[in-house]
Amino acid sequence: MHIVVCIKQVPDSAQIRVHPVTNTIMRQGVPAIVNPYDLYSLEEALRLKDQFPGSRVTVLSMGPPQAETALRKAISFGADEAILVTDRAFAGSDTLATSYALASAIRQIQQDMPVDLVFAGKQTIDGDTAQVGPGIAKRLDMRLLTYVSRVDSLDLERREIVVQRRSEGGVQVLKSRLPVLITMLEGTNEMRFATMPNMFRAARYPLKVWDKDAAGIEDVSKTGLKGSPTIVSKVFAPTPKTVKAEIIDTESNNPKDIAVTLLAKLFTRHPNLQAEIGKRS
Amino acid sequence: MDEKFDAIVVGAGPSGNAAAYTMAKAGLKVLQLERGEYPGSKNVQGAILYSDALERIIPDFREDAPLERHLIEQRMWVLDDESYVGSNYRSDEFNKPPYNRYTIIRAQFDKWFSQKVREAGALIICETTVTDLIMDRTRVIGVRTDREGGSIYADVVILADGVNSLLAKKAGFHPELHPKDVALAVKEIHFLPQETIEQRFNVGGDEGVVIEMAGKITQGMVGTGFLYTNKESLTIGVGCMLSDFKQQGTSPYALLEQMKSHPSIKPLLAGGEMKEYTAHLIPEGGYNAVPQIYGEGWLIVGDSGMFVNAVHREGSNLAMTTGRVAGETVIELAARKKPMSAANLALYRKTLDDSFVMKDLKKYRNMPEILHGNHQFFTTYPELVNRAMHTMLTVDGIDKKTKEREVRQDFRKKRSLFGLMGDAFKMWRAFE
Ligand SMILES: Cc1cc2nc3c(=O)[nH]c(=O)nc-3n(C[C@H](O)[C@H](O)[C@H](O)COP(=O)(O)OP(=O)(O)OC[C@H]3O[C@@H](n4cnc5c(N)ncnc54)[C@H](O)[C@@H]3O)c2cc1C
Repeated sequence: MHIVVCIKQVPDSAQIRVHPVTNTIMRQGVPAIVNPYDLYSLEEALRLKDQFPGSRVTVLSMGPPQAETALRKAISFGADEAILVTDRAFAGSDTLATSYALASAIRQIQQDMPVDLVFAGKQTIDGDTAQVGPGIAKRLDMRLLTYVSRVDSLDLERREIVVQRRSEGGVQVLKSRLPVLITMLEGTNEMRFATMPNMFRAARYPLKVWDKDAAGIEDVSKTGLKGSPTIVSKVFAPTPKTVKAEIIDTESNNPKDIAVTLLAKLFTRHPNLQAEIGKRS
Repeated sequence: MDEKFDAIVVGAGPSGNAAAYTMAKAGLKVLQLERGEYPGSKNVQGAILYSDALERIIPDFREDAPLERHLIEQRMWVLDDESYVGSNYRSDEFNKPPYNRYTIIRAQFDKWFSQKVREAGALIICETTVTDLIMDRTRVIGVRTDREGGSIYADVVILADGVNSLLAKKAGFHPELHPKDVALAVKEIHFLPQETIEQRFNVGGDEGVVIEMAGKITQGMVGTGFLYTNKESLTIGVGCMLSDFKQQGTSPYALLEQMKSHPSIKPLLAGGEMKEYTAHLIPEGGYNAVPQIYGEGWLIVGDSGMFVNAVHREGSNLAMTTGRVAGETVIELAARKKPMSAANLALYRKTLDDSFVMKDLKKYRNMPEILHGNHQFFTTYPELVNRAMHTMLTVDGIDKKTKEREVRQDFRKKRSLFGLMGDAFKMWRAFE
């Protein structure tokens, strides 16, 4: 079985600061990490590899040369191959252009060994669009399962996969035929701790770097800024909330007393609330 | 299959990078292990970079190293609660390249240095903690890490794991750190627009200013404060002996907050946004606290070996120098096909003894003792000096001679004549 996992290197959004004067995002000095959702999909792929020995996991990333770090990290966790698709022509790509480039690259990968499964994260934490995974599936004419929280079972003979998909108000158990593209949610599996031999392998791994030709891009006008219809008209920092948290002193530690104090506080702040609750009960 | 290297370097701070770079450059098979996510992620420094030590390792470092500002002015402040007495030294000499001192931001600088180590051919593995040294009776033959399958072998292991080296302690090379021998420093980076910094500190372009501070800001503890100008930020910090923090029960954070609210410091930081808060230990035991730094199959470099000159706030340069010398020692033994035995590695200590590293540490060897026993240097004197200045500069109809007498009496009242002379003598001896 051959699994392709698409990953992206993103700035750690928890550490992004907004410039106090110019109000722009300060990327400098913000550490780059592997998009957290992509780690869930990589771990799920690696578990399938453990379950079906002889499988191959190829990680794929489109991005600047620095994204090498993210790919090496994937190798250290146990991926077999890593490909970085990088070219000046890709600069400024939106989700449409990115999915075009990644789909082309996956087609190239297929030539080496047919691909049964493609994983992607639900979304990235820097763009939050959740469009790239579906975009790739569409272009490859592959079945698509989004918001998957876990793979329940895989039957390679019958070429069927069963997954759990989180939806509003419940969990769907879905069965699909291979090949299929899956976008993964958070919180279902923890990334493993890399072994020392895999750390060595990652440090020495000769990364495959593909430019637009190697990635099989047929129409350059569909990549980069030219191929990106999205227009970001404005980026701004939301005005900070003015409401301050308040520490409420209570005389006793009794939960009931604390609750009463809290309620009294709430009712003084929202006078209508008390009347409303009284009416309903 | 077991991995085997000519040398393993534990840690990717300045000392480890210097050692790994030097050895890899000479063609040795080097592995460097760092527990941080990337080199520099765990490291804390003021930070002033002294060019000389780095120049001897990477002569053209100025071409691409991330340097903030070169220093053209040094201010020394002795602070009382609401005032300071200070001296400045500023010179255009410092504006003539090659510059001698720079401010840097360690996270960026260490990343750059590490890239050089990689280019020199060393294998660097991060996010991996060395947990044990592998011993063959008394000889170190490799390391174990926190990862599965983590035994790795080498002819020599260089411990560049910083202050409070757990490895050295575990292996029995080091005694437990003594709170009297380490300072605890806290610092913050405050973001400010470049123009504001240049106006506030009267500098242009890449010029920078350093303010070293002593006095009431340490609330009677042995220690100093500092403020450095970076390109788009200011670094402010304070460090005191750990034993004093313990005894006094002061929290380092509160100390820094207090210092930041000093009327002479506050306006310098005004309008800035705090970007980063870090705390770190500094080994300040000096010459007498330097442990055994070589043995069968091992060497200790940098902070792990207590190589810090606290009087001049030099640490990274000693780290780089000891790292380089350790690397050169290994190269020399390897070239002559000599074993990495204690007898042969003793060359490392000998080379350091003959260099500025040990000479400087030796010169100030009594300093820690003197300061510990004489807290008046951090309390009484700053107050007296500031009061004297205040008295002399206040124009109020009292004649200058009377004022001078007042100042003298003030000194005598706080500290006997003998005390004053004794202190002067002690300081003179310490700097001699
Ligand atoms: C607040 C402050 C201000 C300072 N200002 C200055 C200054 O202005 N100028 C100056 O020259 N010096 C200054 N110093 C001192 C200087 O920072 C140190 O002397 C210098 O960093 C020492 O370098 P090192 O390589 O020995 O140790 P470190 O820089 O501490 O590096 C040790 C490395 O080893 C790693 N490590 C530790 N244990 C393990 C393990 N078991 N396995 C794997 N990796 C491990 C750590 O993660 C770390 O990266 C300052 C220090 C502080 C705290």
